[in-house]
Amino acid sequence: MLEKFHLFPEQASTVAPRVDALFYFLIAVSVFFVLLIAGLILYFMVKYRRRRPDERGSALHGSLALEVVWTAIPFAIALVAFFWGASIYAALQRPPDDALEVHVVGKQWMWKMQHMEGRREINTLHVPVHQPIKLTMTSEDVIHSFYVPAFRIKQDVLPGRYTSAWFEATQPGEYHLFCTEYCGTLHSGMIGKVIAMDQAAFGAWLGGTEGDATVPVAEAGERIFADLGCPSCHRPDALARGPSLDGLAGREVRLADGAAVVADDDYLRESILYPRAKVVAGYEPLMPLYQGLISEEQVLQLVRYIKSLAPEPDREGAGELRPRSAR
Amino acid sequence: MDIVERRPDYLNADYGVRSWLLTTDHKRIALLYLVSITVMFVIGGLFAAAIRLELLTPRGDVVQADTYNKLFTMHGIVMIFFFLIPSIPAVLGNFLLPMMIGARDLAFPRLNLLSWYVYLVGALFTLWAMITGGVDTGWTFYTPYSTAAATTKVIPTAVGVFITGFSSILTGLNFIVTVHTMRAPGLTWFRLPLFVWAHYAMSLIAILGTPVLTITIALVGLERLLHLGIFDPALGGDPLLFQHLFWFYSHPAVYIMILPAMGVISEVVTCFSRKRIFGYAFIASSSLLIAFLGFLVWGHHMYVSGQSMYAGLVFSFLSFAVAMPSAVKVFNWTATLYKGSIAWDSPMLYALGFIGLFTLGGLTGIYLAALGLDVHVHDTYFVVAHFHYIMVGGAIMGYLGGLHFWWPKITGRMYPEGLAKVAGIIVFLGFNLTFFPQFILGYLGMPRRYHVYPDEFQVLNVLSTAGTSILGFGYLLPLLYLTWSLRYGPKAAANPWGAAGLEWQTPSPPPTENFSETPRVIHEAYDYEHEITIRPQEGVEVPVG
Amino acid sequence: MADRAHSAAAHVAHHFDDAEQQHGAAALGMWVFLVTEVMLFGGMFTAYVVYRSLFPDAFGHASSHLDVRLGTINTAVLICSSLTMALAVHAAQIGADRRRIIAWLVATLLLGTTFLGIKAYEYAHKIHQGLAPGPAFTYAGADARQAELFFSIYFAMTGTHAFHMVIGAGVLTWLIVQARRGRFGRAYYTPVELGGLYWHFVDIAWIFLFPLLYLIGRH
Repeated sequence: MLEKFHLFPEQASTVAPRVDALFYFLIAVSVFFVLLIAGLILYFMVKYRRRRPDERGSALHGSLALEVVWTAIPFAIALVAFFWGASIYAALQRPPDDALEVHVVGKQWMWKMQHMEGRREINTLHVPVHQPIKLTMTSEDVIHSFYVPAFRIKQDVLPGRYTSAWFEATQPGEYHLFCTEYCGTLHSGMIGKVIAMDQAAFGAWLGGTEGDATVPVAEAGERIFADLGCPSCHRPDALARGPSLDGLAGREVRLADGAAVVADDDYLRESILYPRAKVVAGYEPLMPLYQGLISEEQVLQLVRYIKSLAPEPDREGAGELRPRSAR
Repeated sequence: MDIVERRPDYLNADYGVRSWLLTTDHKRIALLYLVSITVMFVIGGLFAAAIRLELLTPRGDVVQADTYNKLFTMHGIVMIFFFLIPSIPAVLGNFLLPMMIGARDLAFPRLNLLSWYVYLVGALFTLWAMITGGVDTGWTFYTPYSTAAATTKVIPTAVGVFITGFSSILTGLNFIVTVHTMRAPGLTWFRLPLFVWAHYAMSLIAILGTPVLTITIALVGLERLLHLGIFDPALGGDPLLFQHLFWFYSHPAVYIMILPAMGVISEVVTCFSRKRIFGYAFIASSSLLIAFLGFLVWGHHMYVSGQSMYAGLVFSFLSFAVAMPSAVKVFNWTATLYKGSIAWDSPMLYALGFIGLFTLGGLTGIYLAALGLDVHVHDTYFVVAHFHYIMVGGAIMGYLGGLHFWWPKITGRMYPEGLAKVAGIIVFLGFNLTFFPQFILGYLGMPRRYHVYPDEFQVLNVLSTAGTSILGFGYLLPLLYLTWSLRYGPKAAANPWGAAGLEWQTPSPPPTENFSETPRVIHEAYDYEHEITIRPQEGVEVPVG
Repeated sequence: MADRAHSAAAHVAHHFDDAEQQHGAAALGMWVFLVTEVMLFGGMFTAYVVYRSLFPDAFGHASSHLDVRLGTINTAVLICSSLTMALAVHAAQIGADRRRIIAWLVATLLLGTTFLGIKAYEYAHKIHQGLAPGPAFTYAGADARQAELFFSIYFAMTGTHAFHMVIGAGVLTWLIVQARRGRFGRAYYTPVELGGLYWHFVDIAWIFLFPLLYLIGRH
């Protein structure tokens, strides 16, 4: 029982020391105030202990100066903590551009990971150190939460949309992965490991053929795209009944009702599963629903494929998605 | 045996079950609540004991996973809705509020009785749901688990909680109207006891927030029953909408639970320092500010839920802001002790223990308000430790302190003081041993609601469970000696502590109508310079000044 | 409570100092209660507003399945009932003959019952069309999910409102009984006044519900 006993978790990511620094600051603040209050209470209790049954306290019952001081100082400390925490949080929201993507699908009661090069894992995630990793996550059923204490990262994983988190591991090792949003019977069994390895070892692991198929995700997505008949409408010629997907990912899209949205991962997912939700301007709502026909993992593969489609280099106005009819 | 004829008081005014079950006397209703919430506390406590027993070892060897999930859910539901939220307001508030303002009863005595019956029906419904299968969604009922995946008694439990909400609303309504319309002549707002201010602020929260929970839980029940899709993404709904609606009530709810306890502390600290409370206006306004700001911070439960970063920033800032008025209270209470005349009676020990534990617990709220740090500790035992410090180290200590302080007034008997001090110390020590290790566990990464856990968390879990047995024993003691005192405790004087306040101007126990004539208030609150009562010798009240 | 057929004065409860305090407390109590009702409906309004902004087309399309004529008639009925209620309160206030008070109360009750009857007919029709959310929901159109969401909120909101109207009808009935016993007069008409407040609130709630559910974005 005692061999593995720790008081603090290890720091295994770039953000962990930042989080811990704020934590230590707040511990210092807490120790100070608890000792101050407890100390004053004990001191006053003893020093002013009632000596006679009819003794009264002094008439002193207010001081504006004190009220100002003991409001201003805590507020100042609070502001420091607020900005500090906000800055860490903002960093956690913005993955670096060179982050490697990994797809994560949570379901009762397991984690399914998919590396873009093709390897899949269950309840384990191999990552290279000193390389930002961005997780694109969704759930097949209820809300889960992806938590790696050693990295100090956590993100709820929701059904019906994508959420993402990113980290950069700093030391090789095996780290706990916990589901931390209650999700039913085996919630405490929905755990696993993140295995950080040095880059060479990771490269070797990634190229290994142990276990499942190792088709790169974008390629798998391209196969699904073809199998589902998507090219029959999403095609480059005049017979197209759906918008071109080249270079679509990340661009702004004008919808039939006049609104404009950015074609992010959630938009792509929704347009596959519930196409009538957001119809592109200039097109008819003809696309069939794929909800129930493909799995969340397959959607992720399709999204990856679409994101890999570069814009056609010779198209005019390639920065804007326009209906075929306007060309 | 006393041959002197006993003065009629509210306890002996009438006998028989009907006179209790159909009473409209706020004091008797307070006692009805006292019995019911004590029963619910024991039930919730047994669930806690089972949880801690399971967590002694990393394996799931005491109960099965499904049972464990039901245990923590039901522990939360019982403790929050059926113990903490009613406790101080329904027992001490009901008993004392009218007396503190010189009134003969609350504004709506029959609504008061109705509120108890509503509570009872809600409690029985929920207990029935628990006995016939239990519910395992967590007290937070997050969708879509609660509406689509759970196979347990979600709807009956939701109905029970739905019903009980009305009890809270009725109590809040009664208090607000009473304070506005029934204050004795001369009792201006800024002469009110701080206990009254605290309950007024709490009542504002209760009437504004509880209806939102009511409708939300009704929608959850309807969705589950009819597969509607308001909160279930598979049917087109948004689970985050549920979280927003749920926490819109449930965050202010924690201020419903703590404000009355703060009111108790103000009364006790000033009495046992025999000195006017320091910063009266600041403490009074801080209660209102907490109530107001408390409605604006709910999103701090959702930093990693998928809500936008900008929402997170706003909620974080406001969460730091809401901590400020609580800090102001702590400083003012401490300053009250300065140059006071401090008695070490057990109510005061409870109050001072509250201040220490609330300071620690409240400070850990700051950790959770800080966005980047909360990402790590959200949904871990750090949060569990934080809210137990506030709710158990804070609210329950406040409740026990208040119960001891006003016990002589309520029952006409004194409890054994030495034993009370010992019990208070046992509670304090047992509490810290139970919950302090959980801060460490949380930062290490142990998630909440875990039935089994990695081996390296065991040492701290064992410490926590050991603390539970000490804490449980500490709670058992007052249950026993307070009950014992009802028959064997020495008779209490009208004002055994020499406290200021209109409730102490009546006999112990008071007559049904509280005051034979409506008092006139000419002093400020806690005006120990000029108040007439001093600790009486042998039951004789000595006018001074 | 004893029959006070010949007294229109308030019996001041033992815990109040005088009739004025009792009346003030009763009125404030009703206002505080209405605030809680606002919060209750507020939760559902929030859900509606959120989803309407997410799915404006689907909600507009679903909304067009509601019968605007019946909704308009109901709105008129309810507004008239608020008028008759105000007249009842006024009659009590000026100490009018009890038959006048009763007449206006009965008129209010009849109008309220008319509202409920029309609502019941609307509900039956919707259920017949397969628009009641749940296992029997049938909807032509690709946005069936969002439409079911609209109807879930529609039934929840109008159902809660109708429930409050039923309670209101019960209150009116009780007021009529009390009025027949001569309980109300210039010196004491608090129950009529507070009943009126409640009825007006239920009316105002509908005035928000009707345009939001029936009128906005129909096509």
